[in-house]
Order: sequence, then structure tokens, then C-alpha cells
Amino acid sequence: MDITSLKAWEMKEKIIKKEISCKEVIQAHIKKIEEEDSEINAFISLNKEEALRKSEKIDEKIKKGEGIGLLSGLPIGIKDNIASKDLKTTCGSKMLDKYISPFNATVVEKIINNDGIIIGKTNMDEFALGDSTETSYFGPTKNPINKNVVPGGSSGGSAAAVAANMVALSLGTDTGGSVRQPASFCGIVGIKPSYGMISRYGVIPMADTLDHVGVFGRDVRDATLILDSLKGYDKKDSTSSKMSNSEAFSIVFEEDKGRNYLDGMKVAIPREYIDLVPADKKVQEQFDKAIKVFEKSGAKIEIVSIPHLKYAAEVYYIIMSCEVSSNMARYDGIAFGHRAEEYETLDELYINSRTEAFGKEAKTRILAGTYALTGSKNAELYQKAMKVRRLLKEDYDKVFASHDVVLSLSSKELPFELNSIKKTSIESYKLNMYSAPANLAGLCAMSIPIGEVDGLPVGMEITGDRFKDRTIIKAGIGYERAVL
Amino acid sequence: MTYKTIIGLEIHVELSTKHKIFCNCPNEFGAEANTLVCPTCLGLPGSMPILNKEVLEYAIKAGIAFNGKISNLIKMDRKHYFYSDLPKGYQVSQAEVPFCDGGYLEIELESETKKINLERIHIEEDTGKQIHSEEEETLLDFNRSGVPLIEIVTKPEMNSAEEAKLFLDKLRATLKYIEVSNVKMEEGSLRCDVNINVVDSETGKKSIIAEIKNLNSFRAVVKAIEFEEKRHIDLLEADKNTEKETRRWDEAKGETILMRKKAGASDYRFVVEGAIPPVRISDEWIEEIKTTLPELPQDKKTRFMDSFGLSSYDAGVLTQSKDLSEFFEETLKYIDDSKLVSNWIMGDVLRRLNDDEIEIQESKLSPKALADLLLLVRDDKINNNTGKKVLKEIFDTGNSPEKIVKEKGLIQISDEGELKKIVEEVLNNNEQSIIDFKNGKDRALGFLVGQVMKASRGKANPQLVNKMLLEMMEER
Repeated sequence: MDITSLKAWEMKEKIIKKEISCKEVIQAHIKKIEEEDSEINAFISLNKEEALRKSEKIDEKIKKGEGIGLLSGLPIGIKDNIASKDLKTTCGSKMLDKYISPFNATVVEKIINNDGIIIGKTNMDEFALGDSTETSYFGPTKNPINKNVVPGGSSGGSAAAVAANMVALSLGTDTGGSVRQPASFCGIVGIKPSYGMISRYGVIPMADTLDHVGVFGRDVRDATLILDSLKGYDKKDSTSSKMSNSEAFSIVFEEDKGRNYLDGMKVAIPREYIDLVPADKKVQEQFDKAIKVFEKSGAKIEIVSIPHLKYAAEVYYIIMSCEVSSNMARYDGIAFGHRAEEYETLDELYINSRTEAFGKEAKTRILAGTYALTGSKNAELYQKAMKVRRLLKEDYDKVFASHDVVLSLSSKELPFELNSIKKTSIESYKLNMYSAPANLAGLCAMSIPIGEVDGLPVGMEITGDRFKDRTIIKAGIGYERAVL
Repeated sequence: MTYKTIIGLEIHVELSTKHKIFCNCPNEFGAEANTLVCPTCLGLPGSMPILNKEVLEYAIKAGIAFNGKISNLIKMDRKHYFYSDLPKGYQVSQAEVPFCDGGYLEIELESETKKINLERIHIEEDTGKQIHSEEEETLLDFNRSGVPLIEIVTKPEMNSAEEAKLFLDKLRATLKYIEVSNVKMEEGSLRCDVNINVVDSETGKKSIIAEIKNLNSFRAVVKAIEFEEKRHIDLLEADKNTEKETRRWDEAKGETILMRKKAGASDYRFVVEGAIPPVRISDEWIEEIKTTLPELPQDKKTRFMDSFGLSSYDAGVLTQSKDLSEFFEETLKYIDDSKLVSNWIMGDVLRRLNDDEIEIQESKLSPKALADLLLLVRDDKINNNTGKKVLKEIFDTGNSPEKIVKEKGLIQISDEGELKKIVEEVLNNNEQSIIDFKNGKDRALGFLVGQVMKASRGKANPQLVNKMLLEMMEER
């Protein structure tokens, strides 16, 4: 039996029942990493010795019959924009290539407290700016399913690590689709819960009003397991919500096993997706097939209109760039991060440090955001985008008043080849149109695998109202049960 | 030609809350560099700001005391610029929606009470500090980073250095009354920038506004305004108007120096502070805060006028500082004569405080001592002039008036028998003055009184001496 190919919840059961030891689990995953990661490049730093030490402690705990945390010794990967005291936190950038945070992110503390074992920090697009993990200062990550294509991004390392069985579960961040699109590209489940569900304390911000922590697992149950261990209000993060202190989501699995959650579920499909961003034909066929599954299981499908979706890509692009330009301002070479060796004046210190350490995509977005915030553009672009964002939220409120979930593809295209001809930024932002609206409106959303085209995975996005995370989890499980 | 000066002020006030605005670091002045810091006020990646409720409370107190309209929603924004003492590359502040809109303060001019309106008051965080070492290195101290500030922006409604000074006095007094700031300019807990221009009253022609920074005392504010008034008038008269400028007050040279032309200058690229969701402020909370405020200077002034029969001017001066007003009321507990006490405080006591550049509570004069002194004067135990000398002595030594009077033998001589000998001697030695007086020269009497006072070493009761001189000259 290859331990690493088990689902996380299966692994957990075996560890608790002492069928396998936690140490065996960790050893098997480290071995996998040693065999595969030189090619895949999912990790920026590894935590092997500490992970093994921790696994022995957990075995000890289990042996003594002590209570064990929710994550019970499972190997976990953490995206490298999440602060950790013991491993450097680089954000995939030269700017922070040696940076060690003096504190742990709340999610890191929660993993530790829930007896999860942090295997390492995963690769990502520089400062989470990208959709292919190719903008990383530490080189691109390859898709374990087909090493010629990208794993998606920006949380490509975390998605690839789960897909390649190098960890059981992983953490990503999602500002416009950075968990859901790589989940879709790597054929696994990715959940971006509602805004305020998971603390962002210690998560290095890209765009504060859009940033979310998200999770990866091999199925919905896996993803839910880690979601349960992370969610909850955190007084260190004012944007986290007390609504997140709800009952554990994994309760869904214990309720009435095998129940058909899709029966009677009210599903909306926005016509704007079909009209405005037509997907690749073969990809679309996979989506239609998945919709049939919902229909057959008793879901009521309705085509709806979300009028402001047609502006979503532009609105996202403007707000995201503005907040990115703001969040990148602290990387000035003064108190931390890369500092140029040559400079005469303070201005030169800033210019040289930033010129040397930021990659092209970061510079592009800093420029775009600075433009959209300066002078009259602040009102014409940034403030107007914020207004349209409110209108988009209102559109969603209307849809969710009469529907449980919104369905779409996670990405309109298949995973593309590494180093393929680069799309212009605005084209690639258009691709975010399926995922970014959930960030703009703070909605919960999940990507779940629905099939393959030419051996490459296709994912479907299930979006729910804010703090209706349980609903999308039920939809995901319902779908999994229906196709099993 | 006549010119009118137009002055608006921007005042930064550090709030004296226990903790900084976004973290739990202590809010203290003077600690060793970089000992009051944490990831949040250092702007380390992943740290998050938590808006300190105490800051809101203090700010709202100030807003109420300055008669402003408190917003029911507190929203924070980011103001961007690069500077080494600004760790995040932006300052968290309030752009479009300040927590307090409008408001005003009244100042006492000799002839009238003038209302100075406020534009707005907003909340923001302070920056760190640069320290320039002897080796020409720039060192950074982030202890001040994240100290809560309110910025008070007035409308351009002051017309002289004196009005600006009176406004600042009133502002400082009010902030002290409500105990939200230490308001010490020398420690930077009160900082003031001046916007100034002049307008030709006949032609309506205006000079271009200049902003004056680096004003480290109220005295510097006054001097900089006076300097700028003249500079602006000269510019207008020479028809040489400039661009909008930011200037710096140079204390040593006693002049303002150009820092930068303002046109096309910094754009702060305001963006919402996404890490701090808007905070709702309920009317109930605002009302609750209102009830915790002490009696404000304006209300106290009205009460002093009503209960003690003081003039508007006197009541205004006495209530300018909380300590002074309390000193006044405390003194009245020992001597029930508000007019006498007010006159002495308004006169010699304030003059002495000004000379020594100290506040009443820093002086050696206690309310009891002043009252005892005034009782001696009122009961004719000592005369007015002696009283002034004793007051000076109290300021210098802190001794009680009784002790001073006794040790120096200053008790007034009001006994005719005792005085007769001195008066007679003075008259004997000044025959010519008697003749002069009899010939209608009234001044001669004053001279003779002076001679008696001198001979008695100031102790003679002057009214009595006057009377005796007239009687005794009559007899000659």
C-alpha cells in the first residue's frame, strides 16, 4: 500500500486506529518529496527533521491514548506567503528570499495546535501575483499530472504537492482564484471559504479586501477536514468574523451517510459566463455533463442573469492592482527584505532595492495600481470600481435569495504549457472572471474535479452566499456521491 | 493700502492613550529607541492592525469638546508616501470621511468673542522618528510609530498672529481639560502647521497661500506668522506672487525658508484600509462619552461670569487653563472676594507666571497662601505695594505670607501716634514743599507722602499718611 495515495481522512483513520504510525506517514511523504520534487519544484523550503520529530511525539500521544487534534499527524504544506517562525517566508520573491518572520500566522498556530505536521513551505507566484506559479523567484512548479503544463497559480506549489501525494493537505491563498484555479488544473478539490471565515493574521497581504486563505485536499471531505481546523474568529484579524465560529463542517459527513444533497438544490447558472467568456468547447462539454449530474440527482437548474458580471474582470483588475500597489509599498529595503548594495540617496535606496528585487509581474501591477490611484484616476477608476463592486454584491444577493449555489467552470481553459506564449495581463485577468467575483463579493466557493480533456483535469466552481459554506460543501459532496 | 491676513491651522495632537492605535505597545514618550515596538507598528509582513477602542473614545471626546459632529461610521484609509520613518509605505489615516465634521472654538479678543470654525478632525497614526548621528548616519526609532494622533484642521478664519495664539491657547486648554493629550509642543505631542496668505482689502488681490512647518512653540507660530505677513505684503506690493509653497520656520535665523513648491507635489493615492473594517459608532456611545466629559472651558466661563460677577474677558482668561480655574476657585474657599482674587490673579500672578514661563501648578504659590496674603491686604495689615512684594517673595521662597511679613517686619503702621514722629520729621526737612503745597502745587503732597513711606520703609498706611499730612500742614 502506498500510504501517500490515501485520502487525508483515510490516513487519519488509520493513524488513530494505529494501523499505520504517524512516523511512517511522514517518512513516506518525505520519501515522495525526495523522489519527485526535484522535478516538480512544489516546495521552497522543507521541514524534514522537525516533521519527523513531531510525528514521533504524535505516535507517543496516540500510544498513551491521549486526545489527538483534528489533523492527527497529517502531513501539510503551507504556501510561502504565510508567516512561520521556523521556516523562511519568501512570498516566492527575491525581496524576501531570506526573510524569517518573528511570529507565526494564526493558521500555522492552528495547524500545530491541531496536531498537523508542517512538511514545508510551497512555491507560489511572486507575492501571489500570477496564475501559473511561473513568476516565482524560485523557478516554476510543474503540474504532477502532466509535467509539461503549469499547475495553475498562484498557489501552484500547494496544489501540486497534494496532487503529487507529497502532502495530504495544503494551504493556499486566493485573491482572485489562486486556490480554485490550481485545484482545477491539478485535479483536486480547493475551497476558498467566505471572507472572514479563516484568520488572515500572518498571511502576507496581496489585496486585503480580496485576500482569503483557502485549502486543498484530494476530495471534499479532505478539504473540509482542514477547513474545520482553521476556521474561527481571531481577535488579531479585524476582518475575521464571529460567523465563522459555527459548527464544524465535517458534521455534514456524519449526518445521514449517503444522503443525496443535490435533491431539491436550487442551482443558478449565470448566462453572462456563457455569453461573455465562452469556454473551450471540450471544456464546456465537461461542464454540461456535470450539470446533467446535478439535474439527474434532483437539482433544479435555472439560467440567471448577474448583470454586473460583465464588469467583474475590470473591477477586479483595478481594485486588486490598487491594493497590491499599496501592499507592496512596505518593501522598501529599510527595515526588512532586500536592500540594494549601491545607493547614494534615500530615493536611490528605494528605487534600486525595488528594481532589483521585484519581478516583472509585481512591477506591472504596482504601476497599474499606482496609476489607478493617482490624481483624478482615483475617482474615475478606483472609487468607481468600488461602487460597481457593491452593485455586483447586490446582484449576488438577489440570486442567493432564491438559489442555493451558482455553478460555473473553474477555468475556461485547460492547464496551459509551461513557458507558453504569455498572455497580456488583461487577457489573463479575463480568465479570472469565473473566480474573481467570489472574492469581490466575499462569497464562499469551491473547485471540484469533474472530468478530463486530453488527459488534463477540468474543474467546476460551486459558489455559495457568504457564510453559506456548509451549502457548497453539501453540493460538493452531493456531486461526489452522485458520480462515484 | 490695508491688508488682511488670513490664517488657517493644521494641528496634530498625540492622544495619551495607554496603548498605540493598532497594537498593544505602550504609548510613551522618551523610552530607549526601538523598545516599544512589535510586528504591527514595525509594519512587518503579515501583521495586522487592530483599531484601539480607547483611541476612538479619546478622539470622540475631543470632537465633542470642539463642538463637532461625530460620524456614526469610522472608516480608515491609507495615505501613501515613501519615507524611512514610515514603515509600511503608507500612513493609516482618514481621507474622505473624518470621524468629526466641523466644530468650532471661541477666542476672547479685547473687544469681542470670536468663533473660529473647524473644517474637520480626523484620526491617524504617527510615524517613527529619524535620528541623525554624529557619524552622519540616519538612525530610525519606531517607538513613536503607531502612536494615535488626531489632526484638527481649522477654516481660514484667523486674522492675526494674536488670534492664532489665542486659538492655540484655547485648543491646548480644552485638550488638557478633557485629558486626552499631554499637549507638550516640546515633546511633539502638539504640532502645528500654519497656512497663511494676505489679501489687499481695497483691490481684493490675494497672495498665494504658504504652508509653514517646523513650528516648535507657540512663540515660533507667532513669529513665523508675523514674518510671513510682512513677506506676503512685500510680495503683493512688488507684484511678485509665487506658487503655492511649503516653508520651514528657522528659529535661529528668525525667518521662514522655502522647502518645496507645492504645485504638482505629492499625491497620496488614498485607498481603503482593507485590514480594518468600518466601525459603527452608536449615538448611545457618543452620549455616554459626553457624560464623562468634565466642565468645558466655555461652560466654566459662563458660570464664572454668572456666579462671580466677572467680566467676559476676566472669566475667559481665568478658565483658559483648567489648573488656573481650579486655583481660582480653591482660593475663594479661603477668602470670599472673587473680584479681589480675580484682580490679583489676572494681574501680578499671571505676570509672574509669564515671566517665569511656568504654569500655576509649577509655581510655589498655593491657593491658601494667596488667600492669606489677600486677607492681610484687605484688612489693611499690609498695603497693596507690600502685598506685591510679599507675593514675589512667596514665588521665590514658597514661605507663607505671615512668615514673610513677620520676619521682614512689614506690618502696616496704622497707628497715628507711631506715625506722627515720622510725619513731623518729614515736614521739618521739607519746608519748601509745604510752601509749594500752600501755593496750590498738589504734586508737593505726593512728594511728601513718598518721603513718609520711604522713612517708614514702606510700612506706613498711605491713606493715613495722606490724612495726617493735610492736617499737620494746616496746623503750621
